[in-house]
Amino acid sequence: MEAATAEAERRQRLARALVSGRPDPWLRRLALLAAVALLVFAAMRFDLIGAKFAAGLPKLADAASMMVPPRGWQHLPEWLNALAETIAMAFMGTLLGAIAAVPLGFACARNTLPLRALQFGFRRFADSLRSLDHLIWAIVFVRAVGLGPLAGIMAIAVVDAGTLAKLYSEAIENVDRRPLEGARSTGASEPETIRWGLLPQVLPNMLASTLYMWESNTRSATILGIVGAGGIGYQLSDRLRVYDLGEASTIILLILIAVYAIDLISARLRRVLIQGGESAARLA
Amino acid sequence: MADAAPLEGSARGQAFAGALARHRRRRSLRSVGAAASFATAVLLAAVVGGFDPARLIAGLPRVGEFLDLLVPPLRPDHLLEDLGEWYWGFSKWLALLADTLLMAFLATALGSLGGAVASFPAAANLTPGPVTYWISRRLLEFARAVPDLVFAIVFVFAFGLGPLAGVLAIALHSLGAQGKLFAEANENIDMKPLEGLRAAGASPREEIVYAVLPQVLPNWISFTFWRFEVNVRSATIIGFVGAGGIGLELYEALRLSYYDDAGAILVLVALTVFAIDGASEALRGRIMQGARQ
Repeated sequence: MEAATAEAERRQRLARALVSGRPDPWLRRLALLAAVALLVFAAMRFDLIGAKFAAGLPKLADAASMMVPPRGWQHLPEWLNALAETIAMAFMGTLLGAIAAVPLGFACARNTLPLRALQFGFRRFADSLRSLDHLIWAIVFVRAVGLGPLAGIMAIAVVDAGTLAKLYSEAIENVDRRPLEGARSTGASEPETIRWGLLPQVLPNMLASTLYMWESNTRSATILGIVGAGGIGYQLSDRLRVYDLGEASTIILLILIAVYAIDLISARLRRVLIQGGESAARLA
Repeated sequence: MADAAPLEGSARGQAFAGALARHRRRRSLRSVGAAASFATAVLLAAVVGGFDPARLIAGLPRVGEFLDLLVPPLRPDHLLEDLGEWYWGFSKWLALLADTLLMAFLATALGSLGGAVASFPAAANLTPGPVTYWISRRLLEFARAVPDLVFAIVFVFAFGLGPLAGVLAIALHSLGAQGKLFAEANENIDMKPLEGLRAAGASPREEIVYAVLPQVLPNWISFTFWRFEVNVRSATIIGFVGAGGIGLELYEALRLSYYDDAGAILVLVALTVFAIDGASEALRGRIMQGARQ
């Protein structure tokens, strides 16, 4: 009896959602048409449909053929050094960014900072950190701390603090309230409630986001050298600037191997840590 | 040890207490090992990455000075005039910014379309064969791992200075990123509708249209909005290497020490990114909500 009414209710809810959730089909068609028109306009404006694109294709084939035997292996020690610097930059930048993002993330979450005006301010602050690209922050920090990887570390850390604070705060806002209420009902203090009610729920999520940013930052760090912020990007942009594409392709190959290795390590760590995290959450 | 207390005395209780102690010892050894290797990694990265706290502390005040340089003195009683003077190039910058957004839009569309096509051979459950799977995965990895700025330098060589090189570079990098995400979404589908269609004699095209797309489309759209947000940021700096958009103007202003101009452009860029992120996030949320219903 009860199951039947629940089923009827579910169907009613579904029907209501279907009716109200869909935008007007004509409006949708119109929006799609406008998007396609804008795409065609953009393609014409940027010469994608036109002579410039067609004229460039043979030159692109030339560039590709110039890359083919990767050359310059005598520079390998120097390049490996620079690559190690890049990997170290990404690691340190992510670490510092993550450390800064923990308090900022709690300050950005509605359920841990109930003062709405303050929470809104912190969120906008985090947004402003991540609204400018790594490369722009790298220029700022090259001016402040000089040429070299330290500027790159700081650029990555600043953007990451903003991005991770946003991701952490979303994880914190999406927690199940019951464990928190349970902890409070036993007379736990506010820090104790966070430690035993909240942290076990969000920690696996936070670790996963951090590892994801680590992978992404390794890719970003490979180009920061273009503005003098250390790492392999300097060698790469230098080779590309004089169109020594043979040597550039060797460097790109090295970058691919490094990025691939970091992705593998990160995936492995994610499996180990997050399974551990989940079992810790179950235990707590 | 407290949890083992009620069993104390019996042989099984002692065996349990021993096993528990061993387990705990092993676990604490493992966490000590993990902490030690993490500390080593941090130390190594700090040394290799030239992380020098003294230099950092000495340099940090200069970040403030630099940011201060970016904004000219604005007198409260002459605010409008001062703002007008600061933004003397407003219409030029706005046009460049519009171009930048258009570049991101076109590149996102091209990259997502390419990624959608590539995602079928690159999904383990839909691929025609292991060789096709392996090749398409490696190609996607290549496109994703090479930063768009690097593609842009090569494309400037082929297509000349201007936004075409930037659009193609961002599109190619997006293709790699989207192809991987789309392929993962494909791999997570329920295969039963597909098998049903196949049993009814559907063609591969019909299988994709009627069994795969309805399941993956909400995810794909969400990824595409998110990619657009990323690409707007990329498009603002792709001009550093002459590949179109507002980046060249910004780079020149910084290089020639026209700090006021650089500051004006940076504020415009940040506000635009804010607005795009907000709009895109709202749309993304609505689409995902619609999909859940």
